[in-house]
Amino acid sequence: MQPRTLYDKLWDAHVVQVEADGTALLYIDRQLVHEVTSPQAFEGLKINGRKPWRLNTLLATPDHNVPTTSRVAGNAGIVDPVSRTQVETLDANCADFGITEFKINDPRQGIVHVIGPEQGFTQPGMTLVCGDSHTSTHGAFAALAFGIGTSEVEHVLASQCLWMKKAKAMQVRVDGDLKPGITAKDIALAVIGRIGTAGGTGYAIEFAGSAIRGLTMEGRMTLCNMAIEAGARAGMVAVDERTIDYLRGRPYAPQGALWDQAVAYWRSLVSDADAGFDAVVEFDAAAIQPQVTWGTSPEMVLPIDARVPDPLDAPNLVKQADWERALMYMGLSANTPISEIQVDKVFIGSCTNSRIEDLREAAAVAKGRSIASNIRLALVVPGSGLVKQQAEAEGLDRIFRDAGFEWREPGCSMCLAMNADRLEPGERCASTSNRNFEGRQGQGGRTHLVSPAMAAAAAVFGHFVDIRNIANEVK
Amino acid sequence: MKPFTRIEGLVAPLDRANVDTDAIIPKQFLKSIKRTGFGPNAFDEWRYLDQGEPGKSNHDRPLNPDFALNQARYQGASILLTRENFGCGSSREHAPWALEDYGFRAIIAPSYADIFYNNCFKNGLLPIVLPADVVERLFQATFAVEGYALRVDLAAQTVTAPTDETWHFDVDPERKHRLLNGLDDISLTLQYTDKIQAYEARRKLEAPWLFV
Repeated sequence: MQPRTLYDKLWDAHVVQVEADGTALLYIDRQLVHEVTSPQAFEGLKINGRKPWRLNTLLATPDHNVPTTSRVAGNAGIVDPVSRTQVETLDANCADFGITEFKINDPRQGIVHVIGPEQGFTQPGMTLVCGDSHTSTHGAFAALAFGIGTSEVEHVLASQCLWMKKAKAMQVRVDGDLKPGITAKDIALAVIGRIGTAGGTGYAIEFAGSAIRGLTMEGRMTLCNMAIEAGARAGMVAVDERTIDYLRGRPYAPQGALWDQAVAYWRSLVSDADAGFDAVVEFDAAAIQPQVTWGTSPEMVLPIDARVPDPLDAPNLVKQADWERALMYMGLSANTPISEIQVDKVFIGSCTNSRIEDLREAAAVAKGRSIASNIRLALVVPGSGLVKQQAEAEGLDRIFRDAGFEWREPGCSMCLAMNADRLEPGERCASTSNRNFEGRQGQGGRTHLVSPAMAAAAAVFGHFVDIRNIANEVK
Repeated sequence: MKPFTRIEGLVAPLDRANVDTDAIIPKQFLKSIKRTGFGPNAFDEWRYLDQGEPGKSNHDRPLNPDFALNQARYQGASILLTRENFGCGSSREHAPWALEDYGFRAIIAPSYADIFYNNCFKNGLLPIVLPADVVERLFQATFAVEGYALRVDLAAQTVTAPTDETWHFDVDPERKHRLLNGLDDISLTLQYTDKIQAYEARRKLEAPWLFV
């Protein structure tokens, strides 16, 4: 048999039918559902008298609209009536169709891309979709996972399948050892900085190399999460012992003899040695520095010791206009050292960086320190109720609170500001989220994407600092 | 879905690269549980000078005179002309819903983000890819000639200028067929029920843990 990439193996295992032009009907093993992109899909099912094809392939939770303040009142605690209606609509749809839902005050509630892996709902070898572009996160488990629109949410609900054209395969190799303080987030931003936000368009990316093998599952999730910011709908990492260890004993993971059978299959989910990729991009892990975005696209990113670029140095006229517009929006001048940029707010959370390891890295910086006087708000929003419990068991909540951070309830929060957590016009934020688009965190808000440790350090110093300079003190 | 066969329409220029779906339809409007009514809030943050909220009337909001789509000469446009990587970011189908509700039937750009591109076809909106140099020429023509209109013919896969100069564009045969006929994907797929069930039976033997 011809050598195959991991992507080939995942694709081949799910093809139901192929049309003459190569469009395939692909079987979908699991779908995660949240309140924002599902109501119109459920409405479509109802109008046409259809039902979900396989109920036990679905898991729902509200995450985008939920407040991060107290959950005691349940949905009644959602002040914005439009948001409340959306969450209530999810509850009603799940009840009507019999779909498992972790409701707003369930301890297992959280961001879909955190709870899928946490529950063992996400497993190697699966196809997994969600009406959310950051579904690429789940590829960390050697799953083929990608975001879809609401029409396709309905399509998968009704038929368990999607019509798709196979993407090209790109390998992003990161070899060598990361320097202390450098995280998966820095790798992700460095990759996007190199290949651009459209560099992965039309591709499924497999992240490989010794530095990727060295990442924890949390780190791999952060990396695959950001594949979409490079334009790739799917990112993935091959199975290894870490993948298997992470899943063992999780509520939805296979049990007993099925576990052994599953593990035997999962071990085959690696690219064959001679498999060919349509594109290969290589990085030296040791050369990756702490990254900070300076503009309004994730590709507008530089190392911490750089200066804000001059649009006159842009490679072409379209980019020059982009950079000028970005600097104007961001309120920055060319050639300003990134380390001199002061921030007003700090957000630690989102499907990119709200897992226990992220919170530990941020807490290690915050420990024994206080947020700077110019910081108006420093938010820590765990990715799920279970992450929150774990963090509290480790005392991380106390570390954050003692340093002046607010410790909140789980949800998407200020990554996209659909709830009450947002930037005011002109406010500048160090954020562990994934998009620095105009208005993303609130109209007129200015977002700088960084790792959790870099965000915590910005909170403590009031401006961006090189985490490597304080990494020695951080144990 | 509304079929797309051919249109002749006024062209509106959006001269920016990497226009993301947050810009096409900002997050606060995603709280709607409906599929319609997003048009008045398409490009909300660029289009208006104040902050838009769901439920707020858009009629008396101050328009941003610098935003191209607000200019009188582009009112009634059905073809949006823009730059590379249009529709990047979030998977929100509210973006094509908003563009379609605004009145666009086709988009012309050098490239699109994958999810957005895919979502357009589900909503009778045709995303056309033309080479960057052709797009640049179309921008120049649109700026130069008031009332500049193009003809789009999906069956022939062509875009034709007022001068009759014509460019060919590529589109997947399967997508083209569905869009030309306005076919509902789900009904078509459910014709494959036997095949889906046969796949499940086979897969259940190979990977039974997926069916617990």
